[in-house]
Amino acid sequence: MGDALLCVRGLKVGFPTVDGVVKASNAVDLTIQAGETLALLGETGSGKTVLGMAILRLLQPNTRIEGEILYRGRDLLSLPQEEMQKIRGREIAVVLQNSGTSLNPVLRVGDQIAEAITLHRGLKGAEAEAAAVELLERVRIADPARMAREYPHRFSGGMRERALIALALACSPSFLIADEPTRGLDAVTKHEILALFSEINRGRSVLFITHDIEAAATLATRVAVMYAGEIVEIGPVDAVLSSPAHPYTRGLLESLPARGMRPIPGSAPSLIAPPSGCRFFPRCPCSVGRCETEHPGLVPVGPGHCARCMLYD
Amino acid sequence: MIDVCDLKTYYSTGFLCRTEVRAVDGVSFGIKKGETLGLVGESGCGKTTLGRSLLRLIEPTGGRVVFDGTNITALSRKDLRRFRPRMQMIFQDAYASLNPRMRVRESITEPLRIHGLEDRAGIGRRVRELIEMVGLNEEHLNRRPYELSGGQNQRVVLARVLALEPEFIVADEPTAGLDVSVQAQILTLFRDLGRDYHTACLYISHDLGVVRAMSDRVAVMLKGRIVEIGPTADVLDRPCHSYTRRLVAASSADRGFSRPAPCPALPGSPVMVEVQSGHWVEAAAR
Repeated sequence: MGDALLCVRGLKVGFPTVDGVVKASNAVDLTIQAGETLALLGETGSGKTVLGMAILRLLQPNTRIEGEILYRGRDLLSLPQEEMQKIRGREIAVVLQNSGTSLNPVLRVGDQIAEAITLHRGLKGAEAEAAAVELLERVRIADPARMAREYPHRFSGGMRERALIALALACSPSFLIADEPTRGLDAVTKHEILALFSEINRGRSVLFITHDIEAAATLATRVAVMYAGEIVEIGPVDAVLSSPAHPYTRGLLESLPARGMRPIPGSAPSLIAPPSGCRFFPRCPCSVGRCETEHPGLVPVGPGHCARCMLYD
Repeated sequence: MIDVCDLKTYYSTGFLCRTEVRAVDGVSFGIKKGETLGLVGESGCGKTTLGRSLLRLIEPTGGRVVFDGTNITALSRKDLRRFRPRMQMIFQDAYASLNPRMRVRESITEPLRIHGLEDRAGIGRRVRELIEMVGLNEEHLNRRPYELSGGQNQRVVLARVLALEPEFIVADEPTAGLDVSVQAQILTLFRDLGRDYHTACLYISHDLGVVRAMSDRVAVMLKGRIVEIGPTADVLDRPCHSYTRRLVAASSADRGFSRPAPCPALPGSPVMVEVQSGHWVEAAAR
């Protein structure tokens, strides 16, 4: 085991709405070691993005947050705004979801990258521009000097994703959060972006947020599966994907066209009033009586492999 | 059921419309009753344009589409309307394909009313039948699209399409952007209903896994042309065209990245060669 770079303890995130508080994250515990890639796997609304944004403190001001997020031993949640701003981008960078809207449409791509470089690395003018071109070249954008002077609308989906990765790498962060970087890309482009990630992963911790099981299998050393705001299974990528312990993970894998395409019945629960016991209980094929009333904890099922299920209690 | 012969759809773009984009450039294939043809290819290869041209949602520039013995490319707009209930399309974005101001009930009733298939009492009964068929219940009939999830909206679209009992469906990435568990629900539903109704289907997707699960035959599209077509297992397990190989390699690679070789330019005018029974590959003419 290496050193823990990031340690999330008992993180609870709630969004107040007119219908009640949406509990998007329920007592999440997570540790990311230096140099490892952890894939956070889960479906729409399971709370993956919320967890990523909580780490960066990019959630709405009225969000209710409890718990601790320790980065190199410092609690990010209690840092003053200015301190956090120094960490964001320089130490912890993010590749945001939806590359179409994450770049400013009225600024040239090169200038957007140069802005980050000027801000965090102190390079000015031509120096910053040259550094931006270098970054675009590193993410394999053909003819980087010319493309740096283009506006985002001239970039294809795959190229925009590359530009966002370049932007995130601008200050050589030691921790990178990538939120669904392969969403909406076709098979060939996705393959290329994953290849790029496997290159920039080296010597860097990455939280790879995705709903794409194949992408997680390709990049991650460990996988955490989220369901209804909770981590239901976590462990080494091979263990979780080849011998999944939690019924939800099993269902998710069997939903894949290549693995039989057997759907999980029902749909994800409301996060305003989630099921009282196990949150997967209403859809679970192996539920027993106490699943309805008792909330299961994460229990070890193998080396470094835990599942939140009564079957192993 | 449907026969496509040398279909072409060109767009004019650029300054004074002088640049011509050949989105579909001489495509021929056929789909039998009850058969699903998967259409794969990367973004921008012309898949969607082809699907829309088949139904004349985009006017093709040339070629023929013969539907059940009638050349629909030669029909007037008015005559074409008679064929509309028999051929339907499912679009990528279910939320955008439903009228946001209509309740689910109205959305499903609309096609029945327009094509005058049922009387009032019959329509009510049919709508309830359809909503249950796609796995929703009567409670959902009073909702509007924004009150439903992506998967539920796609189910409503499916109910709306099935209302007319079409003989041919073009499905354009109906599960793009849905989660795998929801995707599995929609795809199994779609496959089972297709089987029950013996619908011919063109299934457009860039996900080879989905296409493998859904189709009897597969066509691979590259830059407006079909470069390989044949039985699903033949094309995906023994791909012959370099582009198909690249696609298969990109989607089956789990670990370890070998950069697939770029597809070489094919010299001269291409023709199709049969490599196995029913499996055709584009090859350079000699």
